[in-house]
Amino acid sequence: MTIDWQHFTPWSSLGGGLLIGLAASMLVLFNGRIAGISGIIGGLLKPQAGEIGWRFAFVLGMLLAPALYGLFAQLPTVEVAALHWQIVIAGLLVGVGTRFGAGCTSGHGVCGISRLSPRSIVATGCFMASGIVTVYLTHHVLSGS
Amino acid sequence: MLNLTALLSGLVFGLGLILGGMTNPSKVIGFLDVAGLWDPSLALVMGGAIAVASVAFAVAGRRVRSLLGSPMQIPTKRDLDPRLIGGSLMFGAGWGLAGFCPGPSLVALAQGLMPALLFVVAMLVGMLGYELWTQFNNSNRGATPRPATGAH
Repeated sequence: MTIDWQHFTPWSSLGGGLLIGLAASMLVLFNGRIAGISGIIGGLLKPQAGEIGWRFAFVLGMLLAPALYGLFAQLPTVEVAALHWQIVIAGLLVGVGTRFGAGCTSGHGVCGISRLSPRSIVATGCFMASGIVTVYLTHHVLSGS
Repeated sequence: MLNLTALLSGLVFGLGLILGGMTNPSKVIGFLDVAGLWDPSLALVMGGAIAVASVAFAVAGRRVRSLLGSPMQIPTKRDLDPRLIGGSLMFGAGWGLAGFCPGPSLVALAQGLMPALLFVVAMLVGMLGYELWTQFNNSNRGATPRPATGAH
């Protein structure tokens, strides 16, 4: 294993993590809800009374974040190396997978591990492992490097 | 009031994703690429988030209602079923393929990035497909619809 010191951003990543933790804390303490993005979006696709407003507000807040961030600092570059057809397949896999698996990086990875949920710990292990295998296959085996 | 706190939480969440580097798919893939040049940054994003959130969840776990009086809705399921494992494996494959997971893809979409739009549309189609599949299965069995597992 070789560490990529050039791209390693310990302080901003730790700071970003603290903000994410603060956001998840706010949502559970004020609203009594889990800050799981796939679940919040999923609930918007299956409208039930009393479940729309807060979900919509949360997503709106996320969508406003780049504009607010841009007022104080330059937005980090976003590089997407995947081809269009790969992005479509990836989106479908993430959409179906997070609903079947009942969570994603936020719901299982942050909130679930924080409350020591056995399901979330297993789910996080599964999606980390499968993500690592996928990157290994696409970047080292199939690309021939 | 509940909508205002949800809006603020979403805003802070989005700022955290940007600052942490999660909105950049090449950085996410650098984290998952343990066989190549490995960028451990995202482990610090998760570690930092868990350090703060675990305190809040310890407090929340002892309450029946939130500070604003709404019921605490924290998942109680503990069983490991094939859906949880299969779904998570599928999600990880998609995450590794494009470098986007649901939250960062929304933030990148708001930055006006075309690949993020493509990803979000495909993700929504996948989620809708899941809803239709679940409803079809429930009506076929004639069973009452099951509540969403885990409710994340």
